[in-house]
Amino acid sequence: MMQQTIDQIRQGRVRRHHRFTFVTVLLAGLTLSLSVVMIMLGNTVYPFADVVRVLLGEEVPGARFAVGVLRLPRLLAGLFAGAAFGAAGTVFQTMLRNPLANPNVIGITTGSSAAAVFSIVVLQASEAVISIASVVGGLLTVLVIYLLSKGASFSIGRLVLVGIGIQAMLSAVINYLLLISRQQDVAMAMRWLTGSLNGVKLDELPPLMVTVGIGLPVLLVYSRQLEMLELGEMTATSLGINTNQTRIVLLLASVLMLALATATTGPIAFIAFLAGPIAKRLAGPGHSSIIPAVFVGMLIVLAADLIGQFAFTARYPAGVITGIIGAPYLLYLLIRMNRKGDL
Amino acid sequence: MPGIMKVEHVTSGYGEQMILNDISLEIPSHQISIIIGANGCGKSTLLKTMARLIHPTSGHVTLNNKPITKMAPKRLARVLGMLPQSPIVPEGITVSDLVGRGRYPYQSFMKGWSQDDYEAVAEAMEMMNITEFADRPIDELSGGQRQRVWIAMALAQQTDILFLDEPTTFLDITYQVEILDLLTDLNRKFGTTIVMVLHDINLSARYADYLFALKQGRLVAEGKPADIVTSDLIHQVFNLRCSIMVDPVSGSPSVVPIGRHHVREDEDELATKLEWV
Repeated sequence: MMQQTIDQIRQGRVRRHHRFTFVTVLLAGLTLSLSVVMIMLGNTVYPFADVVRVLLGEEVPGARFAVGVLRLPRLLAGLFAGAAFGAAGTVFQTMLRNPLANPNVIGITTGSSAAAVFSIVVLQASEAVISIASVVGGLLTVLVIYLLSKGASFSIGRLVLVGIGIQAMLSAVINYLLLISRQQDVAMAMRWLTGSLNGVKLDELPPLMVTVGIGLPVLLVYSRQLEMLELGEMTATSLGINTNQTRIVLLLASVLMLALATATTGPIAFIAFLAGPIAKRLAGPGHSSIIPAVFVGMLIVLAADLIGQFAFTARYPAGVITGIIGAPYLLYLLIRMNRKGDL
Repeated sequence: MPGIMKVEHVTSGYGEQMILNDISLEIPSHQISIIIGANGCGKSTLLKTMARLIHPTSGHVTLNNKPITKMAPKRLARVLGMLPQSPIVPEGITVSDLVGRGRYPYQSFMKGWSQDDYEAVAEAMEMMNITEFADRPIDELSGGQRQRVWIAMALAQQTDILFLDEPTTFLDITYQVEILDLLTDLNRKFGTTIVMVLHDINLSARYADYLFALKQGRLVAEGKPADIVTSDLIHQVFNLRCSIMVDPVSGSPSVVPIGRHHVREDEDELATKLEWV
């Protein structure tokens, strides 16, 4: 009897594990294929062999500039920003048990942008200061939202509503800053408004790559604690989780990744919002969705960039394309949650 | 190690409002204790304070004479389990995965399930009669089935002490009795010390080995149901007039409330006699 039950439980777990592994490998394969497409495609299509030679550091006339200077940084920025947005987004959504409670909707990425635009327009600050400001801006936004939504008892519905309000307010601040900005600053500030992989240079990438390189493993180490947090504050505590410490580590790692991704590519709309739910739907229950969400984040960014570059006669930044996909989904979720009475 | 749990001069509450007022008690080991009292008397707060979900503002809760706040959270979680009143179901999670989460205190980073984990989960699921739902999402189960899944999760945690905050609320009477029977099985089979908050005074008197009666944050009585359940106590704790009978099934005391209406003619006299209470 007992052995039969154990076998049944084991089989179920193995089934879910197979699905998870299959989906993750598939997503990784798709990401790799899209990366290859992205690096070959452009005004001139270079054969795969040429691309590999450039990546290995060989001198290939023409291809070296297009691939090494234009396309490679673009691809890397897309991959790392996609990973950062995807992972941080799904961590927020899981921790707060609500798909709406993600950095895009509750204004954390907007907080980073507002701080950066302020540094550019008002402080005339250097690149390094702008990046630091964006990190501080993201963290401050989290803090303000938390304090405003605390009230007598903590409610996630209130947190989402407060966050949406903060997001609107910060957008207004950015618009005001742009109005008073000097002509020559506008171009630089604009980059903080719409996410785009245009004009990313290779030497701008290391901060983001290092942050993702450290932040992502931290999130993975804490993924089991995150799963326990999903059961609610009390159950998690009685299972032996230090809930405050877990939340602080997860928040810090996520916000750092978000802020640096925003500093590199601008806020690519809705990636942090979409990646988690899509990954979860595909990979099924029973596993942390951080890794699949990383790949989904990368895939959406790369796909949006390719569509923006080549699908239309005009070129659009990736953020415009993801905005077109993300906005209807946001509406759908709001309507569904309103029906369920969650808001 | 049978844990001896004591509450020593605990004052506790949410924010500035004090809900528990200088409470001291000792939980009887290997028995079922039930905390009774009117709404807002601090039953739930007492349970949460004992389960380190709320930190007392003064005094402390000790396990084998060691304050629980000073113990490593994961180690404490192997001795002391708590099922809150409304735990949250993660979207889409299957029954066996949820029960498996009770094994967290025994697992370490990056390791899969051990044989012990599988056995504990299987045993808990068999005991709660939920093996047939193993691979179903919790969202599809009824209230009574869900509650059995949650208790199975707490069982998989294999603690010596188990706290439950109103485990039968929102359940039909059939399921209430079923849950209380299962908890009694657990207590008899493994000697688990069980402490719970329960609304139904008659089921409390029947299923409890020991009762704690709370009023306005103070402990007003404790003891075996047969010794302490009197109409005086019920009036003091719930502000309700009643008549105490012997439960014909269990022989435990049973409370029959006396309201303003539906009091039989011949018992009018009884009612007036009770007026002084």
